[in-house]
Formats: sequence, structure tokens, C-alpha cells
Amino acid sequence: MEIRMEYYLVLSTIMMFAGIYGFFTRRNLLAMLISVELILNSADINFAVFNRFLFPGELEGFFFAMFAIGISAAETAVAIAIIINVYRNIRNIQVRNLKELKF
Amino acid sequence: MEYTLIIILLPLAMFLLLGLAGGRLAPRTAGLLGTAAMAAATAAAYTAAWEYFTQPRTGGVFPAVVPFDTVWLRFTQTLHIDLGILLDPISVMMLVVITTVSLMVHIYSFGYMKGERGFQRYYAFLALFSASMLGLVVAPNIFQMYIFWELVGVSSYLLIGFYYTKPAAVAASKKAFIVTRFADLGFLLGILTLSYWTGSFGFDVLCDPQAPAVASAAGRTFLGGSVLAWGLALCFVGGAGKSAMFPLHIWLPDAMEGPTPVSALIHAATMVVAGVFLVARLFPLYAAYAPGVLTGIACVGAFTALYAAAVATVQTDIKRVLAFSTISQIGFMMAGLGVSGMGGHAGTGYVGAMFHLFTHAMFKALLFLCAGAIIHTVHSNEMGAMGGLWRRLPLTHAAFLVACLAIAGIPFFSGFFSKDEILAACFAYSPAMGWFMSGVAALTAFYMFRLYYNIFWGRPAANLAEMHEAPAAMTVPLVILASITCVAGFIPFGEFVSSDGLPYRIVLDGGVAATSVVLALAGIGLATWFYADGRQRIPDGLAAALPRLHRAAANRFYIDNAWLFVTRRIIFDRVSAPLAWFDRHAIDGALDALARGAQGLSFVIRKFQSGNVQEYALVFLLGVLVITALAVFI
Repeated sequence: MEIRMEYYLVLSTIMMFAGIYGFFTRRNLLAMLISVELILNSADINFAVFNRFLFPGELEGFFFAMFAIGISAAETAVAIAIIINVYRNIRNIQVRNLKELKF
Repeated sequence: MEYTLIIILLPLAMFLLLGLAGGRLAPRTAGLLGTAAMAAATAAAYTAAWEYFTQPRTGGVFPAVVPFDTVWLRFTQTLHIDLGILLDPISVMMLVVITTVSLMVHIYSFGYMKGERGFQRYYAFLALFSASMLGLVVAPNIFQMYIFWELVGVSSYLLIGFYYTKPAAVAASKKAFIVTRFADLGFLLGILTLSYWTGSFGFDVLCDPQAPAVASAAGRTFLGGSVLAWGLALCFVGGAGKSAMFPLHIWLPDAMEGPTPVSALIHAATMVVAGVFLVARLFPLYAAYAPGVLTGIACVGAFTALYAAAVATVQTDIKRVLAFSTISQIGFMMAGLGVSGMGGHAGTGYVGAMFHLFTHAMFKALLFLCAGAIIHTVHSNEMGAMGGLWRRLPLTHAAFLVACLAIAGIPFFSGFFSKDEILAACFAYSPAMGWFMSGVAALTAFYMFRLYYNIFWGRPAANLAEMHEAPAAMTVPLVILASITCVAGFIPFGEFVSSDGLPYRIVLDGGVAATSVVLALAGIGLATWFYADGRQRIPDGLAAALPRLHRAAANRFYIDNAWLFVTRRIIFDRVSAPLAWFDRHAIDGALDALARGAQGLSFVIRKFQSGNVQEYALVFLLGVLVITALAVFI
């Protein structure tokens, strides 16, 4: 069976909306971070898929995916640092308890 | 004569010094400073008077001198407000009166106010008052007069309310301020009317009936009277308020809540005659263009004189008797001006009114200062607490007797000469007016001697043995004023002050003088018969026989109640309350509705700021979707 481009795109779309859904519904900061990672990964998949199917022989898409993975790793490091600091301050990483962002 | 400027500036500087730094000075130092400044001003005023009245006459009159004048506000070429000094016979006479009485009061207060809280403040206010009153009388234009007119009102307010912890004093000061301020509205309208039609504020134009601006304004009429007559009538309303003419007199008796020396200075000798001075200042205009208004002034003055004299006969507070007596005597002055004409013999009333102003200032200040000396030792204003005081206060007794004889019009005391002028002018005007005022004069003699007998004779007071003569600081002014009262009548007053400035020889009218002396003696005799023995059988019997009249007079014929009715029931309930309702509901309501709307909106918007990161993100996402949709479909 031939694996067509649309399949990949459907997968990445599902991943992206799962990520968005998770970002809005999970109450744990770590779970939200994972959701963000899902969104980023879906974008990476798209980069790789478009490069492979639309522009075979070129490498920009792959490099861009690598680049995005690097960025997201850095972003994850920052986010986790924030989460640890939040935990130190309020002994909790539930997003509902971050009341001081109000006003 | 530029040095006349310091007559005003010295007290003003003293006000600033004592008002700002008084708290750091010892009371004694503050008092001495104020008194020294006033003494210097008095000396300057006497020098000015001497220099002014010894200068050669031009055309038979003393020319007006303007030693200092500076334009302060310029509206048009002719209409500008100046600040300056105008010396003419009446203003120089007033300078002498004010500085003399003020100096006496400054000295007297040393004894009277000794140990009071706010001694420095008291002297600061006295200085402010003196400066404003002096500025009022030398004003070369009507607007400067108005400025200082209000300043004396303020200082009167401050001094009446000097004992500001006493509710009665606070109420009295407010009453005085509001009533006179209400009347001053008339004065302001009068000033605006006069200056609009004549195009000038200056007395050089306003006091000259021949000036082209005045003559052209006199041709214009409004509601059947010339605009000048309207303006002058409105000015008189202001004068009536300050001078406590019926029915605006209600503040003066209450003003007696202030310290007694203040009553002597402000509410007997100087400020209350400001209205008389105003009419005298504008007299050429009144005589030339508003004879009807003059008639009105004469009627108001005569009625006030009778009314106040009638009330004075039943009051028991000695300061209130003197207050009503002041109102009555000012009524005499106003009547004198009202019946007067311009120039020569027709101007007798003017000369009499000015002369009476002068002598009255002296003997009424003396009466108040005596009353202060009495209150100082009796610690009460009520006649009931007094009696038989002549033995314990011989000096005060002698001074009081001199003043009583003067006000009653006994020959050779100053009041006799001045009152006689007024009575002669009234008889010349119409016999009815003459007899009316003579009757009031008899009543004056009666109530003054009722006061005298009740204080110094009659039933001895309970604690008579503890009473004592006042200290020297208080008795010296009494002696000085009593001496002035004895000799002031012999001043050839008409030589200096007359309606047209030409020397006028005061000739005693034998018939009038005899009538008034007989009536005065009758009044004194009646008072002696009624009150000398102290048993008060006849007056009590009369009061019992005429209970309604007695009660009405004791309640000042309910004029205060009438005013209260007008203010409370009509102005407050019918005008102010609806206006307040409109303000609170319509105007405030509209603004409140706006505010409430804005608040409601912000409550809605506030929900977006939930503090929940995920909600922010959701909004962000929605925004992205909307923009995407726009980009795709449009």
C-alpha cells in the first residue's frame, strides 16, 4: 500500500489539534508544556513531509525541522526552569493557582 | 501730603506682622506694636487734618487733594479702577474719627482683653479693620470704596466671631456677614449701574452733577425713574445694610457677641456709619438727580430711629440697649441727610448728619467702653446683675453720665449741637418730620437714662462689694473720650464740612433747641421717676398693662422672626429645596448614570483579565482564527 502525503498531513493535523486541546484543558503546567511540544512536532512533521513529497532532492525542509527541534528544546528548557521556579514559590504547578497574573 | 499713605499702610503692615508672626510674640509685645502703629497713624491723620484745613480755600471751598493715585485695572480710557487717596473735608474728618476711636480701643483692649487667648490675633484683626476702614473713607473712586467696604465686612465678621468656641458668637458673625453681604449686592449693582451710564468709577465725575457724562446719563430713564436714581437707590441699599437701617438692622444687636471694645470701634463708631458716609459722599448726585430717593432715605432713617428707640426701652442686656441706640442714632443721621438739600441753609441736614456722625462716634464709643468696664467687673451683660455701681466705679460712672447727657441732647454736650442741627433741618423739611424726630429724641433720653439708672443707681447689686474700678489702661481712654464729648460741640463744624464745601455758620434755632431740651429733660425726668428708686413699680405696671406691646418690643417687634420666615419658609423651602433636589437628582443623577455605565462596562471587560493563562491563550487563538478567516475569505 502506498503511503500518501495526505496521511501524514492528517496525522500532523490530529497532533496539532490534540496539542491545542491539551493546552487549553490540562491544568498541570507540565502537561501543558507537553501539549505545546505536540504542536511543534506536528509542524516539524509537515516540514519533513512537504520537503519529501513536493521537493525531493532538496534539504531545506529537513534542516528547518532540525532547526525547529533545536528551538523547541531550548524553549522547553526555559519553560521547565519557569515551572520549577513557580513550584518553589507556590508549592504547586496547577495553572489555576497562578493567581498573581491577574490584573 | 503723600505721607497720608502711611495712615493706611501702617495698620495693614501691622496686620500682616501680627497675623503671621503674632504667635511668636509675647501678647504684650504684640499689643504694644499694634498700639504704637495706630498711634503713629493717628498722629499722621491729625497732621493731615491740620494741614488740610489750614490750607487756603480756593473759590471758598477746600479743594480736594489726591496725594496718591495709581491705575490698577483699566477697562476703557475713562473706566478704570484706581487705588489712591482722596482728601476732602468728609474723608479727612473720617480719618480723624477712625484713628482716634481706634487708638482709644487699642489702648483700652490692653486692660479689657488681658489674658485672653488669641490676644495677638485680636490685635491683628483690629489692625486689619482699621486699615480697611481708613482705605474706605479715603477711596477716590467707588470701586476702591467697595473693595474696602467688603474688607471691613470681613474684619467685622472675624471680630464678632473672635470667641469662636461660643456658638452664639459664631452664629452672630455669620448673620452679620450674610446680612451685610446680601445688602452689598445692592451696592454692587448700584456701582455697576452708575459706572455703566457715566462711564467712570471716580468720585471726581460721580460727585459732580455738572459733569457731561453724568448729565447725559441723567436723561435716560428706566421703569419711570432715571437710571441715576436707580443706581443711587441701589447704593443706598448697600449703605442701609452696613448702617443697620430697618429692615436690614437685624445683624447689629447680635454682633454684640464680639468683645466689647470691638463693639465700640466697629459696631458703634466707625463701620456702621459707612452707609451714612456713602450717602454723604454721593450726596451731590442724590440732591441733583434723585430727590425721591432722598425722601425715601429720610423716611427709612426716621422710622429706624423710632423703631430702634422703642426696642431699646425694653432690652435688659446693656450692650443690646447700646446697639439699638446706635441703630436709632444712625437713623437720625440718615434722616438728616434725607431731608437735606444742596448748599447754604438748605444743606443744614448734611452738616448736622456729618456733625452727628462725628460726635456720635465719640460718645457712643465712650458708652461702649464704659459698658466694657462695667462688664469687666460685673461679669454679666444683664441689668439685673447691676445697680448702685456709682459708688464702686466713680470714674466710669462720670464718663457714662457725660455720654448719656450728650446722647440725650443736654446743652453744651456735643450731642446737643449735632442733634439740634438735624432736628432743625427736619423742622425745615416738614413740621411733621420735625415733631416725629423730636419725639424720638425724647425717647432716646428716656431709654439712655433708664440704662443709666439701672446700672448705677437703683437696687444695689448682690456682690457690689467685690466690684472695682477698671485698670488704668481702660480708664484713660474713658477720660479722653469724655473730654472730647464735652468740648466737641464747640467745634465750628460747618466751617469745615458742608454740603457744597462753602463755610456754613451753624446757628442754633432757638425754638428747636428749646423744644428738644424740654423734651430731653422730660425723657430724663420720666426715667428718673420710673427707675431711680430701683423698685421698678411703674415700668412693671406698664408692662403688665400692655402685655402685647411689651412682649412685641422685647422681641424686637418680631422682625428677626419675619426674616427667619422669609429665609426658612420661603427661600429655603420654596426656592432652595427644589433647586437642591434638581441638583441632587437631575445633575448629579446624570453624572452618576454615566459613571455607573462606565463601571458596568468595566466589570464586563474585567472578566477577560481572569488571571488564567489558558483563557488568555484561548482568546489569542480565537484572534488568530478570526484573522485567518478574514485573510482567507476576504
